[in-house]
Amino acid sequence: MAAAGASGGQTIGRSSFSRVAVSTAASSSTSAGVKLGPNGAAFVSSGIPDLDRILGGGFLLGSVVMVMEDSDAPHHLLLLRSFMAQGVVHKQPLLFAGPMKEPRLFLGTLPAPVASSKEDGRQRVMGAGTSSDGRTSDEALRIAWQYKKYFGEDKTSHAEHKNNKQEFSNDFDLRKSLERHLLNSQNIECVSTQDGDTLGELQDRCSTFLSKHLRKDGGNLNAGRIAIQSLCAPQCGYFEKDWDMVSFIRSLKAMVRSSNVVAVITFPNAILSNSFCKRWHHLADTLLSIKAIPDEDKDLAKLLTGYQDMVGFLHVHKVAQTNSQVPVILEASTFSLKLRKRRSLVLERLNQAPVDGSAGPSHAASGSCSSSSQGSQLDF
Amino acid sequence: MEEYGGGNLLSEAMGSGPRVVVVEDCVEAPAAFVLHLLLKRALAGGGAVALLALAQPFSHYDRVLRKMGCNLSLHRKNGRLHFFDLQAFPGGPKGGAICDAFFRLYGDIQRVVDANRIAEHAGQFTVMIDDVSLLEVAAHGSIDDVLDFLHYCVTLTSEMNCSLVVLIHEDIYSSERVGLLLHLRYIADLVIRAAPLSTGLATDVHGQVSSFPLLVALANIMMRVGVLHL
Repeated sequence: MAAAGASGGQTIGRSSFSRVAVSTAASSSTSAGVKLGPNGAAFVSSGIPDLDRILGGGFLLGSVVMVMEDSDAPHHLLLLRSFMAQGVVHKQPLLFAGPMKEPRLFLGTLPAPVASSKEDGRQRVMGAGTSSDGRTSDEALRIAWQYKKYFGEDKTSHAEHKNNKQEFSNDFDLRKSLERHLLNSQNIECVSTQDGDTLGELQDRCSTFLSKHLRKDGGNLNAGRIAIQSLCAPQCGYFEKDWDMVSFIRSLKAMVRSSNVVAVITFPNAILSNSFCKRWHHLADTLLSIKAIPDEDKDLAKLLTGYQDMVGFLHVHKVAQTNSQVPVILEASTFSLKLRKRRSLVLERLNQAPVDGSAGPSHAASGSCSSSSQGSQLDF
Repeated sequence: MEEYGGGNLLSEAMGSGPRVVVVEDCVEAPAAFVLHLLLKRALAGGGAVALLALAQPFSHYDRVLRKMGCNLSLHRKNGRLHFFDLQAFPGGPKGGAICDAFFRLYGDIQRVVDANRIAEHAGQFTVMIDDVSLLEVAAHGSIDDVLDFLHYCVTLTSEMNCSLVVLIHEDIYSSERVGLLLHLRYIADLVIRAAPLSTGLATDVHGQVSSFPLLVALANIMMRVGVLHL
């Protein structure tokens, strides 16, 4: 998507054609789990193939990704776990910090990748279009209002994903936990943010971690990952030291920028003051927010198809762009977060449910009215 | 510059040769591109620039400006671009007073400006700060130090005949700590503001840029430069 946006925006750019040639030539020398993009960008997978696609390739190496947490539900952990598990699967070094006594215990909750041999084989036989069980059964029922689901380009990108999935991104089974030997053999560091009164320790750990992954010219791209859970949580010792936290993020960002590391930080934005929240937003390279949806919201259930499978909404506020000023314009910024077969995460664009056929034209009009107002409500 | 739509609109706004330009933006509509345009404009006009970069490393600016037809590395080598990489500012051992760090930084800038003035074909000198909100973070929230520093930079503009371009994230100051923003607006000759379209995203128009020449604004006239296409 970034590539498409870039080529669209750079109709007047002079050197955009040579860039592609360079990146394809260089792609042979990258290590597993790293994908090269335009403008000298390198991506690692977020652990959710759909999110990678939405963000135009994945999380940008050298960027800080921030996720705003929902105050009521721990859905941000889905993103964080996928991100960490993907790193473990790719044998990339990982630094995890969380506001808990034993952060290492959190590693036990990481999901395992879907056994690719069986699943993939079966899906290949069935064809690229029938990737999920929902789609298989819906295949015969193509109805005009859902046509976006069946766009040709979507299918091809999906098929493309299937082909290089082994290297770049995996589907994760949220019901199975990652095998122990993977966790033990890794160089995984854990820091508790609960004990210290200052961010000093975390900062030191981050800088030693980052100093191992400094970006070298023409060197190999060995990516590392930093995952920080609930950075400004009340149980942290440095809670309410607002300036300390912003300075920490700023210095982390500066260090990350010169290394091959992606840092993902989740934070409960509700407890930050408005102006500090905006500061955090500005410091983020990629800014996402997660919102849970209430179980029994009848109005919403009527408006959106597949409401019963949704666990939340993902909103994309900002997409990282380095070395370029062409903004990434997404087709949609709000996506529904669903659990496919109750185990793997998928992101889908919101689909409006059809208005009841029996309701008549007047009802239909009111339905579309309410949907537009609903849209603004979803626009958190 | 004309090929970048909006470039001539921007030069129209810059026509009066404002001394202090404040660029305001928000999360939804980042205005870094305005800085890039102004940077290119300053260098293309034969002038020299001191870029105080707190937000991005040199490689980023270099790459972006190269696409706009301006070779920053070359300008840096020729001594026309003085790049201050302040991502780790104030750096050094902790505990050193922030005002000392600002003092040293100002000394560096002043030296550069002085050197430029003595140079043979000296053009207009521009000091560019990207961005002030991060300067405030670097100062650990000590707004007085930031204001002092900015004040010194403003004195440079009158004494040394140079101009100052400052980027600030306006939405941070919407509810609290409005002091810095108000102060900047007060010293500004020209305010350029990027804002998202109220109608939401469009495929080719990402927002609007308005500029308020404050000399005219005294007569309470606000001039809208127009919608800027990237």
